[in-house]
Amino acid sequence: MPADTTATTPVSHLKVYRIEVAPRPGRADPAADSVVRAAASLSLPVASARTTSVYFIQADLDQPQIESVKAALLADPVTESASVGAAPVRPGTRVVEVHPLPGVMDPIAQSVKLAIRDLLGMAVEVATGRRFDLAGEGLTQEHAAALARSALANEVIQRVHLEPWSPAAFPQGRPHSNELRHIEIIGLSETHLEKLSRDAHLFLSLDEMRAVQAEYERRGRNPTDIELETLAQTWSEHCVHKTLKSTIRYQNDGNGAGGRGGASSLDADVLKWSGRPGHEIQPDGSVVIHNLLKSTVAAATHELIKDGLDWTLSVFVDNAGVIAFDDEHAVCVKVETHNHPSAIEPYGGAATGAGGCIRDVIGTGLAARPIANTDVFCVAHPDSYGGARSGAGQSLPPGCLHPRRILSQVVAGVRDYGNRMGIPTVNGAVYFDDRYVGNPLVFCGCIGVMPRDRIKGKVNSGDLIVALGGRTGRDGIHGATFSSAELEQSSADEFSHAVQIGNAIEEKRVLDAILRARDEQPQPLFSGLTDCGAGGFSSAVGEMGKDTGASVHLEKAPLKYAGLSYTEIWISEAQERMVLAVPHANLAVLRRICDEESVELAVLGTFAPPPGSARGDPDLALYFRGEEVGRLSMRFLHEGIPTPRREATWSGGRRAASETRVGGTGVSPVDTRVHQSRSLEQTLLTLLAHPNIASKHWIIRQYDHEVRGGTVIKPLVGPALSGPSDASVIKPVPRSKRGLAIACGLQTGMGDPSIAGAFADPYLMTLAAVDEAVRNLVCVGADPSRIAILDNFCWPSCKKPENLGSLVRAAEACYDAAKAYRTPFVSGKDSLNNQLTLADGTTIEIPPTLLVTGIGIVSDVASCITMDAKQSGNVLVLVGPVGSGLGGSHFQRIISSGKGVPAVRSAEHDLSVPRTDLSLGPATARAVAGVIASGLVRSAHDVSDGGLLAAVSEMLIAGSTPGQPIGATLDLGERDLDPIAELFNESPSQYVIEVVPLDMPSLKAALGGIPHAVIGRLDGTGDLVVNAQMSAVPVASLREAWLGTLDW
Amino acid sequence: MTSALIIRTAGTNCDAELMRAFELAGARPTLMHLDRLVAEPRRLEDFDILGFPGGFSYGDDIASGRIFAMRLRERLYAGLREAASRGVPMIGVCNGFQVLVQVGLLPGPPAGEEWPMGNPPRQEASLAGNAEGSFVDTWVRVEANPASRCIWTRGLIEYFDGERAGAAVELMRLPIAHGEGRFVVENDRVMQRLEKNQQIALRYLDNVNGSQGATAGVCDVSGRIFGLMPHPERYLEWENHPFWTRLPGATRRGDTPGLAMFRAAVEAAGKGAPTGPRIASAV
Repeated sequence: MPADTTATTPVSHLKVYRIEVAPRPGRADPAADSVVRAAASLSLPVASARTTSVYFIQADLDQPQIESVKAALLADPVTESASVGAAPVRPGTRVVEVHPLPGVMDPIAQSVKLAIRDLLGMAVEVATGRRFDLAGEGLTQEHAAALARSALANEVIQRVHLEPWSPAAFPQGRPHSNELRHIEIIGLSETHLEKLSRDAHLFLSLDEMRAVQAEYERRGRNPTDIELETLAQTWSEHCVHKTLKSTIRYQNDGNGAGGRGGASSLDADVLKWSGRPGHEIQPDGSVVIHNLLKSTVAAATHELIKDGLDWTLSVFVDNAGVIAFDDEHAVCVKVETHNHPSAIEPYGGAATGAGGCIRDVIGTGLAARPIANTDVFCVAHPDSYGGARSGAGQSLPPGCLHPRRILSQVVAGVRDYGNRMGIPTVNGAVYFDDRYVGNPLVFCGCIGVMPRDRIKGKVNSGDLIVALGGRTGRDGIHGATFSSAELEQSSADEFSHAVQIGNAIEEKRVLDAILRARDEQPQPLFSGLTDCGAGGFSSAVGEMGKDTGASVHLEKAPLKYAGLSYTEIWISEAQERMVLAVPHANLAVLRRICDEESVELAVLGTFAPPPGSARGDPDLALYFRGEEVGRLSMRFLHEGIPTPRREATWSGGRRAASETRVGGTGVSPVDTRVHQSRSLEQTLLTLLAHPNIASKHWIIRQYDHEVRGGTVIKPLVGPALSGPSDASVIKPVPRSKRGLAIACGLQTGMGDPSIAGAFADPYLMTLAAVDEAVRNLVCVGADPSRIAILDNFCWPSCKKPENLGSLVRAAEACYDAAKAYRTPFVSGKDSLNNQLTLADGTTIEIPPTLLVTGIGIVSDVASCITMDAKQSGNVLVLVGPVGSGLGGSHFQRIISSGKGVPAVRSAEHDLSVPRTDLSLGPATARAVAGVIASGLVRSAHDVSDGGLLAAVSEMLIAGSTPGQPIGATLDLGERDLDPIAELFNESPSQYVIEVVPLDMPSLKAALGGIPHAVIGRLDGTGDLVVNAQMSAVPVASLREAWLGTLDW
Repeated sequence: MTSALIIRTAGTNCDAELMRAFELAGARPTLMHLDRLVAEPRRLEDFDILGFPGGFSYGDDIASGRIFAMRLRERLYAGLREAASRGVPMIGVCNGFQVLVQVGLLPGPPAGEEWPMGNPPRQEASLAGNAEGSFVDTWVRVEANPASRCIWTRGLIEYFDGERAGAAVELMRLPIAHGEGRFVVENDRVMQRLEKNQQIALRYLDNVNGSQGATAGVCDVSGRIFGLMPHPERYLEWENHPFWTRLPGATRRGDTPGLAMFRAAVEAAGKGAPTGPRIASAV
């Protein structure tokens, strides 16, 4: 039995100094002002606050040394003062102190520790905390505690004290026996197998547990604890996408989409089932799909490649999808979700989501340089739940954080990680629906650039397994299996160990070192690399060593603190770690680079068949201090998972419409305003103020979207720097004029029965999302024949056949849309268990959500255009198929639960969900791109959330300044259409473009048979008018409505 | 050829665009890690210009630029003093500005005084948290002080001469991206000295962070050491302008204001310390 010797350090007898740093009296304290505002939003009587940074230094320091640390390091001599010890609490003041729990990543403490070593030449231990001195009439200790819980601390990672608190000594890791454990699995009954899976947090299905049991029966022994954990991590939904790869029997058990057809056969469906690869239509009318992912999303890409599309370089096989950028460079792209961690600790969850996706890009091929980030959030509407204490609105389900806090914190997490890494965050979206209350969605995307001769790596037998970056701790244990599990009310307690806190600067150092190693000539210093994400070393080494086998010596991993078991070392998801395959001969040079970049390097073992491996099936062997603690065949690890069979059903939107209102509707309180409205003006203003449509400047401005100096079309455009750009454009290669446009498409409403009712169809939703991503890219000048897309499915539990049925329909649409638009999917990710189960058994399912992210090549950024209206006198032209269906639109949202008003009665309108025309949609995109490229278009904007009138309003808001407003008069002419539908439908493939009158003949000629109509003219009035329908509304009023909602 | 040294460390992240700015302005840039410079301080003597890039040095842990500044002050002041005395132009952008202020290189010694031996000048100014309390990325209108001796902003002033003068106001914007950019000084006397010596070389017309005196950039009395919160190195091409798609093509010619700043300094670097009469008198 190996004895643990690393954890025997005796408890330190060194003194712990407490140093407080606070703003000097009279100096502004913006952080304190935020605390007062937060208290006000919670109706807590805090009139003033003072913030103090607290540092604990455990060392043997003399007076001059303490003075030196205070003056030279901790306090700013102009604005701050430092003192030793806890300042006394002033009468009438309440104190809150917030300290990280032991073992939680504390990046500031790490930096202070290094800085003191540099300053004084001595090693010390450091911890940090924050102190808040609060004052206010009638402020009680309970008030202070409530503020701490709701705004200042998260008790999952921090401890709150209601008085100044200092540790007597720093906690030490406890020794761990690390005794080799076997887990009894042979002979277990089915009930006991299931119990074992749940109790050990394995989250393996009964079939999978049976497969494991059979393997060990064959081997004649029980598995060790680490073997079972390795299987659970590798076989998790998060890591292998088993639902998307399963065999699915799909049945239309209703009347076809929208319930319009009379027959229950597939023929009545808008989705055509015949001729799909990997699909078998059964005599009974059901469809059997073998490996959904391969038969839909990936099949489209492979068919396009076969059909001559030659610019994808690496699809679905690496950490990110890779496409050609120019002759020398490739770009890669990945979008991940980090939903469950963000529900529990939004700041850390979102930050590590961003960090993980960035590492995916770094770990693509032989390493890419991250050059842009994206982020999309789906959260509950903050106003639905009132203040956390005030009791207004619905009550927040127990265990859930307030949505305002979630949104603020996920934004802060993405901001701090991206900004610190020096990666511009250039694109995003926010979608509000109260069913995200306990399960918010946090999508983090990253785009990288790499030389074309570095797009593929290959691990060679004999390469060393080298870990770079952060140390391994107990943080993030079970993240992979946690993300595959459903959230329950108790999750915050049960899975607090799954929460990780990021340290962006550690990752920046790792990036600097890896890029230097990559750019060594003639060859990179490593032959392959990947990041430690879900599953930690177990997934990284298991994946990289799939063909070579691997021997890992777990005691070699540098640890944050003593006391980890070998299993914890193996599956820890501690952040900022990468695994490299390094030929022996290169180790010394790599070590020197890492030393220069202050990156820790550890050799964990070798990629090679461990002695005793079967021929042709190398093992993964795990050792701890010389003893073998685990051994698995790579083949069983990667191929032993049984292919599940799943049932999927679809009954149109009707079933879901009656059931999904549990836990709140998709309608937020702001929507109800329209019910008092009497006019089109108010309808428009309500739409512009709808949180999905309203300006996101509060978020965008917190992100550095300019770092690297290559952002040529920014997220906010126009002379007032406030127009919502359809896409951003960056220059991946600074010396080249070639650009990359980045955008997304999200059309949740069209697939959501709570909004679109019986017409809701994830098939139509998905087509529209792909179309929207394409339109956004085209609107800034991207070439539609060079657009690559990604899918991110976030669904409620797909163990439920109805949910899997809607997932199938979305996946089929991916296939159809990708082929029609010739936009290959190059990567993707799914998260298929997004729901919250409350203690009373109620389940709140999220609406099925598909994010489509698109990147498109711009051949010369100088030909890019923006969506802000440019010049009075110019003509507005609506291009694309005429739409009318209001299903899933924001107009439908704002009238959905009302009785109707004179101007807008839902009963009179076509509420069907519009269908993307897969022939005209792509043709329109090509035509619009053509007229933009030939310089005929002054501005372009897609018609999406809010419809035509909202799109034109946004163009006017974007093009106006207070001194120089641009207005417009629209005249839709005598068309035989419902005027409401014309103004507010969100039907796909529609663009509004601005054209100089003289260019109209050329435009008409260039558009040819593509439907288009002149709909109005820009003028200098500063008003928006719709002839015969809407009297003048000042653009200033439109702007006010649009800016106000999320101006936090 | 003028050689420029860009000093980076963990968390520096605007080094590539600063390198490019010097390259486009006609200098030969070299990127070096601070640790290497600490080990070989004599290397400072090899360069004609020093650049301190933006970013989050050491995570901006404790405070923005704090640890970077502490290391420069404790380890490299002698070399930096020598360079300053030699008239080597220096620029600190954003995090680099925060660093130069905390080292004491800005605003530097009063007019007529030498750079002190031993320890750098006491810190008299600071970049505190933005008045609004959060990080902000936007483009702001700026105004260069024509009376300043700053060699860097001279490029902007010249911009208002000649054929582009009409469009200059529209073009004279710079991007900011920071959470701690509110310029504050120790007391009124410091501000008076800066005003009198024309050391406030660049001011905000949109003072979004609440800086004292709307100060966007400050130089030392020689005008050769300059720090600013906005990022001129993110405005090297016309397509960087926040609404370039509205600007007539004829306006988008020649150097951008961002590049003009680097060009002016690179040209001045070869010419030694100026002795021009732009400063009225010492305080």
